[in-house]
Amino acid sequence: MLRMICKRMLIAVPSLIGVVIITFLLTRALPGDPAAYFAGPAATKEAIEQIRTKLGLDQPLYRQFVRYVSDLARGDLGNSLTTGQPVGYEIRTRLPASAELTLLGLLLSMLIAVPLGILAATRPNSLIDHACRVIATAGVSLPVFFTGLILVYVFYYLLGWAPPPLGRLDVFFSPPPHITGFYLVDSMIAGDGELFLASLKQLILPALTLGIFSLAPIARMTRASMLAVLASDFVRTARASGLAPFTVVITYAFRNAMLPVVTTLGMVFSFLLGANVLVEKVFAWPGIGSFAVEALIASDFAPLQGFVLTMAVMYVALNLMIDILYGAIDPRVRIEA
Amino acid sequence: MTNLALPREDGAPSSGLGAALRHARYILRDNAVTGFAFALFVLIVLAALFGPYLVPYDPLASDTAAALKPPSLAHWFGTDQLGRDVFSRVIVATRLDFLIAVTSVALVFFMGGLAGVAAGFFGGWTDRIVGRVADTVMAFPLFVLAMGIVAALGNTVQNIILATAIVNFPLYARVARAEANVRREAGFVQAARLSGNGEVRILLGQILPNIMPIMVVQMSLTMGYAILNAAGLSFIGLGVRPPTAEWGIMVAEGAAFMVSGEWWIAFFPGAALMIAVFCFNLLGDGLRDIVDPQRRT
Amino acid sequence: MKRREFLKSMTALAAGGALPAPAIWSPARAQARQETLLIVSESGPNNIDIHGVGTNVPGYEVSWNCYDRLISHEMKTLANGVQYYERDKFKMELADDMKVGDMSVTFTLKKNATFHDGTPVTAKDVKWSLDRAVTVGGFPTFQMGAGSLTKPEQFVVVDDRTIRVDFLRKDRLTLPDLAVIVPCVLNSELVKKHASEKDPWGLEYTKLNSAGSGAYRVVSWNAGTEVVFERNDKWAGGALPKVRRIIWRMVPSAGNRRALLERGDADISYDLPNKDFVELKDSGKLNIVSTPYSNGIQYIGMNVKNPPFDNLKVRQAVAYALPYQKIMDAVLFGLAKPMFGAAPGAATEVIWPQPHHYNTDIGKAKALLVEAGYPNGFETTLSFDLGFAGVNEPICVLTQESLAQIGIKCTINKIPGATWRTELNKKVLPLYTNVFSGWLDYPEYFFIWCYHGKNSIFNTMSYQSKEMDGFIDAAVTAAAEGDKTSYAKNVREFVDLAFVDIPRIPLYQPYVNVAMQKNVSGYQYWFHRRLDYRALAKG
Repeated sequence: MLRMICKRMLIAVPSLIGVVIITFLLTRALPGDPAAYFAGPAATKEAIEQIRTKLGLDQPLYRQFVRYVSDLARGDLGNSLTTGQPVGYEIRTRLPASAELTLLGLLLSMLIAVPLGILAATRPNSLIDHACRVIATAGVSLPVFFTGLILVYVFYYLLGWAPPPLGRLDVFFSPPPHITGFYLVDSMIAGDGELFLASLKQLILPALTLGIFSLAPIARMTRASMLAVLASDFVRTARASGLAPFTVVITYAFRNAMLPVVTTLGMVFSFLLGANVLVEKVFAWPGIGSFAVEALIASDFAPLQGFVLTMAVMYVALNLMIDILYGAIDPRVRIEA
Repeated sequence: MTNLALPREDGAPSSGLGAALRHARYILRDNAVTGFAFALFVLIVLAALFGPYLVPYDPLASDTAAALKPPSLAHWFGTDQLGRDVFSRVIVATRLDFLIAVTSVALVFFMGGLAGVAAGFFGGWTDRIVGRVADTVMAFPLFVLAMGIVAALGNTVQNIILATAIVNFPLYARVARAEANVRREAGFVQAARLSGNGEVRILLGQILPNIMPIMVVQMSLTMGYAILNAAGLSFIGLGVRPPTAEWGIMVAEGAAFMVSGEWWIAFFPGAALMIAVFCFNLLGDGLRDIVDPQRRT
Repeated sequence: MKRREFLKSMTALAAGGALPAPAIWSPARAQARQETLLIVSESGPNNIDIHGVGTNVPGYEVSWNCYDRLISHEMKTLANGVQYYERDKFKMELADDMKVGDMSVTFTLKKNATFHDGTPVTAKDVKWSLDRAVTVGGFPTFQMGAGSLTKPEQFVVVDDRTIRVDFLRKDRLTLPDLAVIVPCVLNSELVKKHASEKDPWGLEYTKLNSAGSGAYRVVSWNAGTEVVFERNDKWAGGALPKVRRIIWRMVPSAGNRRALLERGDADISYDLPNKDFVELKDSGKLNIVSTPYSNGIQYIGMNVKNPPFDNLKVRQAVAYALPYQKIMDAVLFGLAKPMFGAAPGAATEVIWPQPHHYNTDIGKAKALLVEAGYPNGFETTLSFDLGFAGVNEPICVLTQESLAQIGIKCTINKIPGATWRTELNKKVLPLYTNVFSGWLDYPEYFFIWCYHGKNSIFNTMSYQSKEMDGFIDAAVTAAAEGDKTSYAKNVREFVDLAFVDIPRIPLYQPYVNVAMQKNVSGYQYWFHRRLDYRALAKG
């Protein structure tokens, strides 16, 4: 097990290096000029050049890269021009916001997609099967920002059921004491029920938007996996033994079918983390996605580099975790590896 | 080659184009949804080819006196904020979006498909390099990578296509690699080798055509993704330039008008977009059924 | 057993929370809502100190409300009931008394003026702050220089409560320049405690903390999310503000901001598309106040150094080809003052902005282009600032269409907000649209920056004309000396020349539009066009 982890981390290192280099080059290729931005609207050419020297942007590219890497080794991700805060601080505060949203979205998605997939698998080629396919595909066929805007329009503006899209909390609530950064968890730890409900209310619409988008892969994977398992010998044995259909499907078949679904979940999660930039923009969510978009529009190097690096590291860690989880659930995988 | 299939009782051909079509008709009858998707696909292609010649208004002509009018007999889908006819713009946009979809997919097939097939067939260093490149690209948050590429290179249609292709590269490389790997030591490959074909010739002439069915399924799914990607980029401001008619940018611009009640500006392009992506996705499913029923999901 | 029970209780909890009822606040929260003003806008500050490096415009609003200056302006009421700042009437803010001499002005500070931490405001603090403004560089120093305030030696501490500002030269703009946002007074002892050798002015500290004496102070700032202000109950600069707590939230989506206002969940916003303002006004649910930008116009600019726009006839052709009225109708929905189509015989007035006599006339435009030597037109790019795409994009689309009619084919070039200034300053863009306005509402102020041969960065057209320079310089001198006749004559001359040479084509004078709930009052229009919280009231 340990050997597998080490081997995986070693394989990941070249990818991470590649990510760092490509991001560096890509940000330098962006059309903006941070020195001019920093110097302000009324700066003269000399003022801009002064700032450029101060920021170290007049150095040749390889020197800037060396400086960046040495800063990185010290854990310094630089400063953001758009918010004026250190990038490390911004990422630390914003990552839980995005993660909480993505996890809840994934949970909602699973609550709908998994039963749908199971249902479709137990009745292949029926109306329900086709309906499942159509619903799942429909969810992923609309641009995610459009879905979000429609949800806001219908549920907030027209019906008044959802709270105003003002971000993670209504203006009159202060965030719970910071332990994990997840408001739901922290408010439960602090025992503040009202705060918990307030955070949950703000989360529903954006999580729903993300969930609708991720229905398709999860539903399909569940269906496919269930189909394969339902055709296997031990399920036939269970049926022959006279067990109730529900027990057969859920207690026996489903548990064994979960494995590929878990892998898909991991893939979907990392995809969503990058893709929720649009949802965050619509719902004023102070997450890492909206941070990255603002940085990109403003040609702000440091946050972009920090964001991409964080995402890459998380992606590697996530895949590793899934592999370990896989090994823990299915001994065959562990022994083979 | 000798026809090795068993003769059918009704005397109909058991191989060749006739058999393939019969097989396809069998699948479609069994699966009405796929048939529907095929029909829709044909409709989209027709709209893309002939649409611009048949629309009632010039999609770029503004008419501020008739701005923000709801759907009516004169303007079937209403007019937008500059008085342009939404129906004309939606139909004309079909061509651009279809072009984006098809070109992205063709590009990623050539880049990713060839790289993956080479990696799976030759193994060794080719495999390792392609694998590393794919992993590196996959480690990026994909949409942000697409945004970054378009922001750095400029927001033209070509760059949007390039960004979409790069972002999908790992997926195609993986699928192609897996397929090529499986067929590496297959009988027909060895036969080709024995006949004196070079490795590259085998790659292009034997392996590639054999994995086409699987790739076509993937390509159909990617076509939908390409259009959604362009729409997302337009929402951020990195999409096509105005006043080009493109579904994504029309939805992005029209979204601001929803709250004030002018729903048609965003609704119709959004519906067109959804129908197109929906169609491509279902098509992909249907093709998968025809090609390899075992892989149905 | 345990697991099943846990799952059951979780489901119940989730079910309870998953059906959000319309907001029913507890009585405590309802009262808090009544005492708090909620402002929503698209973006927020990146630095709450206007002297900071790269501070953006929202940051100016924080500085205005949390810091005091020596003097400010009185308010007058316009015909439509709006409170407008009086350009020529000063009000004492930190100063109790102002004595204007021949080459200096002396201020006596108020006895009871204190900073937020309780320490009294002294003349030393004022000098330190003004020195800071003229030394840090960038925009603040630049703005101070606009009023001939450039050297720390100009600021002299006479005694603990008296400070004298010496003039470098006679300049009408010096006094008004002391009332703009930049010369704010900071708590020098507090900031000096946080200064260092690398950062002698304590910019790192004031970026995140308000160290002033103003009517409000920043209680918390979550960059990109919200700024929370609380009233300074000991404010000495004027009447105590009525609103105790102000929350300024960033909501990127304009549709959501409008929805918030319409549902009563937000109190003020001024960041909406013009169309929304018109509709909100018509629906009567909100108070909409629209005031023209002081000393500001949106224009089409041309680079007069390079062909083809170095040719006067080409510029005139463009001026006759622009779709002025279409822009007024479809882009601004009437919420702007037209700067085109003045009657041909109308006399030039001594004000700025004022309309020029060009109007849409495609026939005339075509003829001029042929005279200029471009019978088949030419190709060019039309650039705009993506940061203000809501207005700029449709203007450019309509302009592109109109110019195509006379043969000028434009490719639209969207430039992101952060890059816009850089591109503009390179002075290579052939054709573009931009907006400029000056804090000091004097015609010569606008012309110095936009038309003078000194070629400041705001002279985006690279326009050079000795004649123009002569008129502008003469006007400035006349103003300093108080010679009204000479002033009027020179202003008329430079305005006329600007319209004859037409290097930039004014389109309209934009409006500042603010939407407020009906129970919110006290909006004041200031030259900086940001919100002044001090006069706002709710209920």
